[in-house]
Order: sequence, then C-alpha cells, then structure tokens
Amino acid sequence: MTLKGRSCANPQLLMHTPEHIKDRILAAFPGARLEVIPNGSPATQPSLLLHHGLAREIAAFLRDDPELRFDYASNATGVDWPEKIVREKVKVRKIIDGVEQDVLELVERKIPGFLEAVYHLYSMALGHGPLILRLRTGNRTDHVTLPSLTPVWRSCEFQEREIFDLFGITFEGHPDLRRILMWDNYADHPMRKDYAPVGEGEGQS
Amino acid sequence: MPPHLKAAGSDVAQASPPAGSGSVPLPSVLYAPGAGDFAGHDLLEIAMGPHHPSTHGVFRMNVVLDGETVVKLTPVFGYLHRNHEKIAEKNSYLASIPYTDRLDYICSMTNNWAYVLSVEKLAGLAVPERAEYLRVIVGELTRLQNHACLVGFLLQDMGALGTPMMYAFREREKILDLFESLSGSRMMCNYMRFGGCRCDLPAGWLEQAVKVVAEFDSFLDHFEALLNENEILRARSQGVGVLPRDLAVNAGVTGPCLRASGVNYDLRKVDQYGIYNRFKFRVPLGQHGDVFDRYMMRILEMRESIGILGQARHDIPAGPFVDPKFKLRNLRPKPGEAYGRVESPKGELGFYLISDGGPAPYRYRVRPPSLINLTVLEDMCLGHTIADVVIILGSIDIVLGEVDR
Amino acid sequence: MNQEPQNELSRQGVILTTIEDLYNWGRKNSLWPLQFGLACCAIEMIAASMARFDMARFGAEVFRPSPRQADLMIVSGTITKKMAPQVVRLFNQMPEPKYVIAMGACAICGGPFRDGYNVLRGIDLYIPVDVYIPGCPPRPEALLEGLMNLQQKIARQRLTGPERPRHMDAHVSGEYPVPEFGPHDLEGPLLREPPTPDAHS
Repeated sequence: MTLKGRSCANPQLLMHTPEHIKDRILAAFPGARLEVIPNGSPATQPSLLLHHGLAREIAAFLRDDPELRFDYASNATGVDWPEKIVREKVKVRKIIDGVEQDVLELVERKIPGFLEAVYHLYSMALGHGPLILRLRTGNRTDHVTLPSLTPVWRSCEFQEREIFDLFGITFEGHPDLRRILMWDNYADHPMRKDYAPVGEGEGQS
Repeated sequence: MPPHLKAAGSDVAQASPPAGSGSVPLPSVLYAPGAGDFAGHDLLEIAMGPHHPSTHGVFRMNVVLDGETVVKLTPVFGYLHRNHEKIAEKNSYLASIPYTDRLDYICSMTNNWAYVLSVEKLAGLAVPERAEYLRVIVGELTRLQNHACLVGFLLQDMGALGTPMMYAFREREKILDLFESLSGSRMMCNYMRFGGCRCDLPAGWLEQAVKVVAEFDSFLDHFEALLNENEILRARSQGVGVLPRDLAVNAGVTGPCLRASGVNYDLRKVDQYGIYNRFKFRVPLGQHGDVFDRYMMRILEMRESIGILGQARHDIPAGPFVDPKFKLRNLRPKPGEAYGRVESPKGELGFYLISDGGPAPYRYRVRPPSLINLTVLEDMCLGHTIADVVIILGSIDIVLGEVDR
Repeated sequence: MNQEPQNELSRQGVILTTIEDLYNWGRKNSLWPLQFGLACCAIEMIAASMARFDMARFGAEVFRPSPRQADLMIVSGTITKKMAPQVVRLFNQMPEPKYVIAMGACAICGGPFRDGYNVLRGIDLYIPVDVYIPGCPPRPEALLEGLMNLQQKIARQRLTGPERPRHMDAHVSGEYPVPEFGPHDLEGPLLREPPTPDAHS
C-alpha cells in the first residue's frame, strides 16, 4: 500500500482542442466525416459529431494514439431529439406592383428527428478531458442502429444497454444487448420524449 | 426479445424459461457436455437476490456454479429503477436537488455537490469562498461516514455479525447529528444550492464537528486494531477478487476500487474542483487490487479525510454562504450542455445536463459510479467460490439507488 | 365493572380471554422482521436496529433473511414495478400470522417518485398493510413508534368471533395474487381502487 502525494498531470484542461483532435483524426482516417458542434453554455465543452461509418475505428484511434490516450470513457448516454418545426423569416425576391423587391416571408422548415448517443472521454494516463463524441441515428423509427463502442471501452457495456432499453438505439457489435433496467418483455422506450404511459394498471397518469 | 439479439449465456445450453414468468427465469440445472473444462459437470444456476441479506439492496446476480466455484455471473438490474432522469425533465432545476439526495442515499451531500457543480458549469455561476469550505467540510464528513459504514457492511458479509457495523454506526450517528443540526435532516440533507449552500453553520457547530472528528480518529485506531491483523479478514480478502489495472481503466472503474488497483486518479487531484487545490492530502494506492486492498483504501482515505477536515476548520473564512446576487428560483440557463463530476465516496459521480433555455433540463443524466464499477463484477468473481462473491460485491461498495436511479 | 368487558367475559369465558392475552403478549413482543430493505428507508431501518435506537428492546432484533421464518415485513423503500411481483411472492411465503408495515412515503403511495413509469404507487395495491409510517425517510424513532402501534394492534386482536384476524379464519387465504409483467405495465388484480390520475401531471 503506497501513498502518493503528487497530483495527476495537467488537471482538467483538454490538452488539444476539438478542432485539433478533428485534424488528427482526419490525418489518420482521410475518409472520415466529422463536425465540431459548439456548446452555447459557459461550460465551453464542445463536442465532435462522428458519422457512424468509421466510429469504432476512430474510437480505437482515440484510445491508442500516444498523444491523445483517451483510455477512459466516463459517460455514455442517449438523447432524444424529436422532429422540430422551425419558423423563420427568410428574404424572398418578389414582384410587387411591377417592382422587384426583397420581402421577408415566414417560412416553415422541418428538422427531422433523430436519436443521439453521447460519450464523454477522459485520459487517465495523461490527465486531460473531456472529449465529447456524438453519434446520431438516421431517424427515430427504422434507422436506429449505431456501432457499439463497447469493444473499445468496456465501460460502455451497461450504459449502451441502458440507452437501448430506454431510448431504443440498437448497438451493433455489443456483446450482450438486452434490456437492463426494465423487464425483458417490456415493449416501450420510456425516456423518449413522446412516451406516454399506456394502460390503467394502477392509475398512472 | 428480438431474434437478432443474442441472449446472455447462450454459449451454455439451457432450458428456455417457462412462458409467463416475465423476466425471472426459474433456476434450472444445466448440463454442459463438451463445454471446455466443464464437460460432463453438473452446473447449477442460482439467483442471488433481489431479496438477499448480502446484496446491499435489491440487486440480483444469476450465478452459474460448478460445485461452489463460479463459472458465470450475470448481474440483473432495475429493481430500484425509480425514473429519476425522466422525473427531472419535468421538474425545475431547483426541485431536482432533493431527488439527488436519494441517489446514493448514504452520501446525500456529495450527490448534491455533483449536481449543483454541473448546474453552476451550465449556467456560469460563481461560488463564494466560505461556501466552498462548507462544501468540503460536509463532503469529507460524508466520506468518513460512508467508508465507516462500508467497512461495517463488508465485515458483516465476512461473518463478523454486527460488531464492526455497530461501531461504525455509532460514529455515523454522531455525524448524522451534525448534518441534522445543519440541514434539518439526517440523511436527505438537501443542503447545497446553486452558488453556495442553503444556510450557514449554526453557533457551536464547528466546535462540535471538531470534537466528532477527534473521536472518529480514535475510533479509527480501535477499528484498525480490531480488524487489520485479523486472520479471518486477511484469509478471506487477500488474493480474492483481483482487479487488474488495465481492465479497471478500460471498464471505467473509479473511486477506491480503481486506486486499489494502483491507478492514481482521484478527481479531487485531477479536476481540483471547488478549492481542493488548497488542501494537502495524499492519495492511497493499492498494489494487488484485491478485496484487502479495497478495504485498506477506505481506512487510509478516512485518515486523509480527517486531515482535510482539520485544514478546512483552520482556514475557513467568514463571508456569505451563497452568492447573494443570484436568484435561485426560475433558473433558465442558456441553451447548451455541461458535464460536471465529483469524487464521491463511491467513485466518479457525474451529471450531464442539456438545457434548452427552459425551466427544466432537456436532458438530465446521472453517471452512476456504482453501476459502472459493477461492469467488472463477473471478471473478479470467476474462479472464486460463492462465499467470495458476497465479499467481492461488498468491497465494490454499491448503493442501488445510484445503480438503478 | 364496565358492561363491555363483562359481555366479553360472558361471551368468551375467563379462561379464553386470559389465553388470548397470553397469546397476543407472546406474539407482539417477539415479532421477527424480514430482513427486507428496498431503498433509503432501509438504512433508517438498519439504524433503528443499531445500538442508539435499539429495536432489540421490542423483541424485533432478529431479522430473518428467509420469509419462512419471519412474522413482519417492513416494506422500506420504493417498490418498483419490476420488484413488485417479488414483494408479493415474499409476502405469500411468510407463514401466518404475518403483518406488513409500510415504511416511508414510497411504500405508502409512491412518494416523491410516484410519477415514474416504473414505480408502484403504494404496496397496498397488492398486499394488505397494517401500519403506515409516513416520512421520507421516517426517523428511526418513527419506525419504533410504528412498531409499537403494531404491537397495540396485535394486543387487541381476538382469537374467536367475527373480528378475529385473517390467520384465525380457515376460510380466508393469506396469499395474494402475484402481478405479472405485461408489455406496458404490470398486469393483475388490485387489492384496492387505484389512485385517480392527477390533474396536473
């Protein structure tokens, strides 16, 4: 039993910005599709959106690259983003009374819904973090499969099962994907935004 | 179950559960001819829990045994799934604080701290200095009573029926009295607020706390004299439930379990949240990663916490206990997200919050250390006897309120 | 002498009344609780059995892990829908005479978690409860007071007559139907009317 006095190197700050990490990933995987998603809150923890084609390979790279060494996946969670209708004023060129003018028109735009898996990565070896990864499904109905990152970080094992149970994202490559918190023949995904309790049972509203 | 999903334990032939039994397959005797080392052996599958004296709550393990040796162990969760995250999407940010008390119900102060830290990150709030010292004081007192209880429960699981637990609870009661006079409640303290704490210390509280901590120190001397050299404790815990270092890191194990495997990662040193950078304390590390090391971690961490409390008592300044300019009610952080984490007595307790500008969080996620530490339960138990399973589970330190939320 | 005890004595006979007192006295002072903690209230229950509050004074120190040996089930904590069938099964396995204390707001009515999709709004939807102890969590003293209330209730129980308890009546079963897991909710007959949905939630 030893008692250590010194703290870990470089507390808290991410040694590389997400832009830098994105460039590093693109150098290793030229075909990868990545996007930095800014964060509006004062926490300034921007995230990296990965297209799920190469997600597992990129995750393994993040874990093994000697400069990054993201060996610890702290948190894996799901988020439900239902379809949204956005109304915005758009400049449209119109002819009014024979004169071509720019007019502001109210236009409705539908942003399709999707489910999202968010991973928070830290490095125990180098002491930096968090790097936030996001993976998004195609929609909320039939394209709900994402690659599992459990083969890269075992800590995602139960958390991805929970995302499957409560949100309905299927993780391809997960060693044991089944419900974890609700009973096996439960049919709903209760953390979705449009979940409504069904059946009287004992009068739950 | 959808046909494309693999059932757990499908590598061992087993009878399918009878229809109508829900998610609780009845115990069955398994024959696994040709299954590697267990060819021709009779394997017995039993369900330990959810009602079991030693599972520390409503936790269930489906254990496959060859005689007394564990061949496979599958944990089953959800018996205390109370939908904390869904309820929080309807509650205001302030109204979720009492719910955080009920996560790890033995350590309500550190739960509060993790949550208010995340909201302060989300909303960009500052905390006055005195409030930071108050948080450290109640946080370390929480760590003391949690580790004492854990050692009591662990020894009870080993067969020391009651004596260490009685001593631990005696000290815990003194700390709970302090919490009650400070916050109004023994266990569900609901003490922290965004930008500080709910109230200041009552007159004489600090002196009483100094007395309690001094008595705790001498209690630890007696405790260690009673337990450390005890041959039953050593025989049952040394070499049992070894957790290798690399597996611990990859499986996301945090807290004393991680440090018992030799990984130097304590969030109070890594993130230095609050004012922990002002305190001198050491981080104990284990060498073998077995149950004995995890037990010693708690003992040594209690000693370090007593040191931190002494420093905090010495240095705590006068001042406001909460940011006076900040309005608690109707908090509506700007749209964005934040992840905040603290070193709770169980491990890294994190809260991930997404705000859409409304009064309630859009997404409220608890990162539970107990659940993620259980990822390696099967790895630690394979090859050991069923009696060791109870001890290994006890040494991880789980609380079902946090595992299932 | 009062009319009521006189009627009682003439109905039951002196010997029977004394046996009744003796029987109830023995039972109420040696209640063996089932070692059954669900959530946070369980920690207060453990604290009640520790040296400071000392449930041993009431004869209830011997917590039995097996329901076959227990008289009293202290349902301490939130009952989730996933756990409910096990709770009812455990109650069914307890031999008569058996009693239930619902400790804490969650066991009484779902408590702070009553809006949850996996939370049962009170254990008395499936098994009969004798004493309700409100609190979140109730202090150990409150649990002891609930225990004393139960002891008084047991002391008042009759051996014969229409008011005799369940275990003295051969025609009344002490077993209750176990709920089953359905695709959206628990399925099974309820013991009482479910609470009406709240207007605001």
